[in-house]
Amino acid sequence: MYAYDEYDRTLLAERVNEFRGQVARRLTGELTEDEFRSLRLMNGVYLQLHAYMLRVAVPYGTLSSHQLRRLAQVARRYDRGYGHFTTRQNIQFNWIKLAELPDAIADLAAAGLHGMQTSGNCVRNITTDQWAGVAPDEIEDARVWAELLRQHLTLHPEFSFLPRKFKIAVGAAHHDRAAVAIHDLGVRLRRNSGGEVGFEISVGGGLGRTPFLAKVIKPFLKKRDFLSYIEAVLRLYNQYGRRDNIYKARIKMLVHDLGAEKFAQEVEAEWSAIRDGALALDPAVVAEIAARFRYPGYAPLDDNPPELTAARADARFAAWLDNAVHNHKQTGYAIVTLSLKPVGKPPGDCTAEQMDAIAEIADRYSFGEIRVGHEQNLVLPHVAQRDLPPLWRALDKIGVATPNVGLVSDIIACPGLDYCSLANARAIPVAQELSRRYRDLDLARALGRLHINISGCINACGQHQVGHIGILGVEKNGEEFYQISIGGRADEHARLGALIGPAVPYEEVADVIEDIVETYLDLRARPDEMFIETAERVGVEPFKERVYATR
Amino acid sequence: MPLVKDGRIIEDRYLRLAEGAAVPAHGAIILPASRFLADADNVLRRDGPTGVLWPNDRSVGELAPWLGGLALIGLSFPTYKDGRAYSQARILRERYGFGGELRATGQVLRDQFLFMLRAGFDAFEVVKPADAAAFEEASRRYSVFFQPAADGRITVARARLQRASSARQAVERAVSARGVRRHSAAAGAGMAASPSMIHVRGPRERG
Repeated sequence: MYAYDEYDRTLLAERVNEFRGQVARRLTGELTEDEFRSLRLMNGVYLQLHAYMLRVAVPYGTLSSHQLRRLAQVARRYDRGYGHFTTRQNIQFNWIKLAELPDAIADLAAAGLHGMQTSGNCVRNITTDQWAGVAPDEIEDARVWAELLRQHLTLHPEFSFLPRKFKIAVGAAHHDRAAVAIHDLGVRLRRNSGGEVGFEISVGGGLGRTPFLAKVIKPFLKKRDFLSYIEAVLRLYNQYGRRDNIYKARIKMLVHDLGAEKFAQEVEAEWSAIRDGALALDPAVVAEIAARFRYPGYAPLDDNPPELTAARADARFAAWLDNAVHNHKQTGYAIVTLSLKPVGKPPGDCTAEQMDAIAEIADRYSFGEIRVGHEQNLVLPHVAQRDLPPLWRALDKIGVATPNVGLVSDIIACPGLDYCSLANARAIPVAQELSRRYRDLDLARALGRLHINISGCINACGQHQVGHIGILGVEKNGEEFYQISIGGRADEHARLGALIGPAVPYEEVADVIEDIVETYLDLRARPDEMFIETAERVGVEPFKERVYATR
Repeated sequence: MPLVKDGRIIEDRYLRLAEGAAVPAHGAIILPASRFLADADNVLRRDGPTGVLWPNDRSVGELAPWLGGLALIGLSFPTYKDGRAYSQARILRERYGFGGELRATGQVLRDQFLFMLRAGFDAFEVVKPADAAAFEEASRRYSVFFQPAADGRITVARARLQRASSARQAVERAVSARGVRRHSAAAGAGMAASPSMIHVRGPRERG
């Protein structure tokens, strides 16, 4: 856990006061809605279809049990008793009243939580691998660098009114669990041939209307240059990013227009003027931040304790163990994923009761720590393997032990037309229907890893373009239609999916997905060839033929 | 439109000239960029301070040859959402060491004051009188700053290190029988560690 000190707490308290004043000025009419808009957005407050929505950041996905309890309390006191975890390590509350927002934000701030910069044209919540600090395949704990960036870019005097939003992800592991390639700026820790650890920097990733994967502009950046280089990127973007057309305002368009190489040269030029200035990183500053990430006092335990072997006799437990539990850096411990994708429920939703129960469970089994992942699931990062059987029973009781992590029913979906004022079509009911179709876990397991992503409009909050199967809701003559794509992925082999053909009506989406899945089963070279591998090998055609043959 | 300079509402002594207007021989004036560039050397030889209104889509590097003679640069916020002039301000202050008045013009509202101050602005043409009156309050909303910027306020990272070093020194002092060793950092650290946290302003960090 990162331990806040009085500087962090003072800043949050000052932020609450400022926002309270802004809301008061809006309520008296001193601020117009247009003037208030960007102020509320910079505090994570959107005006949605039915009410104001508050988006709260979970920086680099790390929550304490105390914070999770506070989220539960806010859900109960100001909302309708639940929250929704998003693909960018945030949680959203959908039913908050404007006049109560300052109190909700004050309650959150008292637990070190906030909605600062979770929306608006500024640098958004900085995300990482939900396994950071415990993943066996990581170079370093990515959260240290994410926290350094979070601090540097909080209320930045130069970059708070950018052309458009700016999303950063930091990954430090061999496997990219942070979807770095679809971010405006991606950071991946790298070790060079001399054994030195630094960063690979990529820019210009992003989905939406014009999707691009980020391009590497700096293969190896030294640690001391971390802040100055990123400052140079942001300074270029702030000055030269387009402001005349909202659809062309993201940095990806600037990178595309200039070409990645030219963009990189421009960054180098700006960077050379500031790299030896006040931003050159003092190792003591990094060490100071690293020291405030506290790791639990692990007990000396062995892997595969007898309790675990014995519990495997229960087939349900064994299925969950094989699906939701992963290796930990520390011998005798495990990383456990909590599925927020139960059959027939909206992906990523969590009730206040579940939050309280998970906080309790985390205190007992995970040193009071919880993580939020971009797949809209939660993680307990420090579980002793011998505790897995009782932990499973506790999780199963509250409905977060569905063994579908990474499988066909572990669907990523945006809120869609049920909540969002931008949406063209519903996303949640599509996810619910698909999760019902694939409720048979033996079938889901037989299909292997398969990511379905659903967006209710082209803004692509459900990241459909990087789903193994992507579903995009569009509107045609007042009706909901869905475009289907396949072959996308957001990991270290990131690529964008390809459309298989004309959009299909709402009623047919689940049938079409079943056709695609059956085609995969027919075509896969071996049982362990993943859907995405088959799709990459055979291309779109066979899927297209099958889907449209009878339509 | 009220003008706030150095934290106070003052009378604007500058005359703002339109594109084609004749340049008076005396007095304080602000010229449009193109008018200034057309005849910069002569204009700067006038008797009286000269300022230029610089657009936010043009590099401030173009002004480099005349920065020593310019008394004022007005930077533009066509809407408050357009933040290009923050970069221009920092570059003028931090890279070129511009020491004259940096004036924010356009849609300048209360909630931008602190960002602008930090970026190096010291004068503000404020749209709403109520916002101008609230300048002092708005500029003191935050006492904690993470970034080194044009205003030279001490950063949190620096304050933390100083606090840690002053704590270490206190321990050393306590255990040392030979008396006190002093560090230049200790003076600022005492202030940064004050419990109220309202004015974390230590040594300047510019550079």
